[in-house]
Amino acid sequence: MGHLSELHARCTDQYIEKFNRSRVIVGLGTCGIAAGGDKVMAAIQHEAASKNMHIDIDFTSCIGICFREPTVEISLPGFAGVIYGDMTPDKVPYLLESHIINRHPVEEWAVMQISEGSTALYENITKMNDYPFYSKQVRTVTSRLGRTNPESLTDYVATDGYKALEKALSMQQLDIIEEIKKSGLRGRGGGGFPTGMKWGFVYQAVGAKKYVVCNADEGDPGAFMDRSVLEGDPHSVLEGMAICGYAVGADEGYIFVRAEYPLAIKRLQTAIAQAEKYGLLGNNILDTGFNFKIKIKAGAGAFVCGEETALLTSIEGNRGMPRVRPPFPANQGLWGKPTNLNNVETYVNVPFIINRGSDWYTSMGTEESKGSKVFCLTGKINNTGLAEVPMGISLRDIIYSVGGGIQNGKRFKAVQIGGPSGGCIREEDLDLPVDYDSLTAAGAMMGSGGLVVMDETTCMVDVAKFFLSFTQTESCGKCTPCREGTKRMLEILNRLCSGAGRMEDLDTLERLGRVVKNTALCGLGQTCPNPILSTILYYRDEYLAHIQDKRCPAGACSALLVYQIDPDKCKGCSKCAKNCPAGAITGGKKKPYFIDVDKCIKCGACLPGCQFEAIYNDAAPHRNNCRPATRRTA
Amino acid sequence: MSVCHCEQTREAQYQELQKVIDKYLNVEGSLIPLLQEAQEIFGYLSGDVMKKISAEIKVPFSKTYGVATFYSQFHLQPRGRNIIRVCQGTACHVRGGAKILDAAAEKLGVAENGTTKDLRYTLETVACLGACGQGPVLMVNDDTHGRLAAKDVPKILDKYE
Repeated sequence: MGHLSELHARCTDQYIEKFNRSRVIVGLGTCGIAAGGDKVMAAIQHEAASKNMHIDIDFTSCIGICFREPTVEISLPGFAGVIYGDMTPDKVPYLLESHIINRHPVEEWAVMQISEGSTALYENITKMNDYPFYSKQVRTVTSRLGRTNPESLTDYVATDGYKALEKALSMQQLDIIEEIKKSGLRGRGGGGFPTGMKWGFVYQAVGAKKYVVCNADEGDPGAFMDRSVLEGDPHSVLEGMAICGYAVGADEGYIFVRAEYPLAIKRLQTAIAQAEKYGLLGNNILDTGFNFKIKIKAGAGAFVCGEETALLTSIEGNRGMPRVRPPFPANQGLWGKPTNLNNVETYVNVPFIINRGSDWYTSMGTEESKGSKVFCLTGKINNTGLAEVPMGISLRDIIYSVGGGIQNGKRFKAVQIGGPSGGCIREEDLDLPVDYDSLTAAGAMMGSGGLVVMDETTCMVDVAKFFLSFTQTESCGKCTPCREGTKRMLEILNRLCSGAGRMEDLDTLERLGRVVKNTALCGLGQTCPNPILSTILYYRDEYLAHIQDKRCPAGACSALLVYQIDPDKCKGCSKCAKNCPAGAITGGKKKPYFIDVDKCIKCGACLPGCQFEAIYNDAAPHRNNCRPATRRTA
Repeated sequence: MSVCHCEQTREAQYQELQKVIDKYLNVEGSLIPLLQEAQEIFGYLSGDVMKKISAEIKVPFSKTYGVATFYSQFHLQPRGRNIIRVCQGTACHVRGGAKILDAAAEKLGVAENGTTKDLRYTLETVACLGACGQGPVLMVNDDTHGRLAAKDVPKILDKYE
């Protein structure tokens, strides 16, 4: 076992050596690339070559501040690294000249500085711990994100990588499982089942052949923490799986990744090849006689495959339909063999628990939910991004402290948590502690960790319809409640949004929702009514407005908008009449124009063209410079 | 004078397919990766290709067809050289993802799931690309483009031949 310490010493030397040079590091996760990070990278390479600069140019993954992407970090030997946000290729020449050649960081572009070890801090740049987005965060699962090169084994090993595997391999299998049990770690995919208990079941299951499977089929719209971790720290997933494999007695692992995540797949492949080369995966790992191989299975595009039995069926090469449990996968999983199935984030927690001990882990969180949770902040929030917070923090803290509040000074309306399986939480409940049980009690669920923030211009009926149209399309069709129930509920919601709602629709929706919840075969069906039920519970008046007044208070359901022209403001320029594809606008020269409500198709084409702001509707009321958030009704 | 190379290309494609089949022969659970790689070779899964795969790995054609039609990734019709996937996820939805889809549809003159006549583009939607912080987002082939406005769409699409 001297093998790892030698590798660790070598990697640490190489890693520390890097800090003796001037370094420019670009954030190249999928989000960074989408924001133009690769163009910034090209500009840096070009600039450094043409000016003959002696600098290291490297890349990292997403540090979490999606709202400031693309990000670039520059560090000089002995000084803190400065993270710059909103970089563009044309800012590059000045940035490099100022920070590297003249040794003056560009303060106005800097987001924050990160001090590694004893490096000197700059005076006028916020420290990471003081930066509001990070001040309430704990970075464990995400600790390497944005700090190391995800395609470098050196970086991983130098930051204590594979130490937990080495430690675990010297422990008894049951001791590892006991440690995980004591840590209180619960499944991070959403269900929240105690991880140690699950491992114990697989350990006890009878059979010589067992499997370890990682669920990386992150399909919830609005969730990207698994992608960020896979792209940013692929080795930690492999290490967590290998520890699990040893503990439960499995020698083969599968990672089931969405095909929509090509970069994650590529980085995982690189990581697996590196780990195999250095004897950290494969046969006789670290000379202990333990064998463990990991294979990647790319999904083929079906949300239901995130359900555990459907996922296993899909790996076996079949239509990814769920089956009745029991038998649970722990007893009869992949190819009928005992199988341990956990989510990406769950596995990544494992090496930290083994390294630092369960006592450290239980020091974070609440009574029943320990540790930290990674959330994705999206929607109408100022700071969109990836945030890891201790369990038990309030949603208000996440949205206002970490997330920086609502965009454009609008009013908070709801936060949707848990994706299509979750529900909406309103303002009054924002002080709830974030843990599995209190969220479930509030009608939402932890889910995988997507938080979509909605403001006053978001229509809750439209949101319910959006999620249901998603689950309806993704329903696999095997069980009747889900196949038929989602269809009927969607019909009703479409009716409400188009202004043809009836009073009895509300009761029907609630009854159908309950039936589907209680009778559907798998988690997808059992949870898909949550967005409807929670919005009816908390926003009943909005449903009533759609039904009784044929009005959408948020101005989002375009079929319910009534466009009108203010005769006092109309100058009779006739532009709106020309723009109207339905011929609904009439009037004479220099006289106020008029919209025929019966002919109007509510397309909104007239509105942006009116320079006198004479046209208005619910979404763009009188004297409002904001353009309406007109949205298509499907 | 131009000469048609269709026959030769097709033969090369089938040779390629044979290699893939040989690779996966006797590998458990290989139907999905086999179909994925076959689709990479041909661009889509034709009846003939699926029949050949079924016969070679001794799986009933009904099962191959069942799997191919279950997953949204598989296509039974020819597709464009460039696949455009407009995100319609929650975060993109609240930030105007529908307008991006409309702009792409208008530029290409095809509806959702349509392919242009010259086989240059296929327009699709996707439930979430996981780049929610950059919404609204669209993906062309493996490139993700974020923080879009409808007016950005045409020039992005023009870049893909």
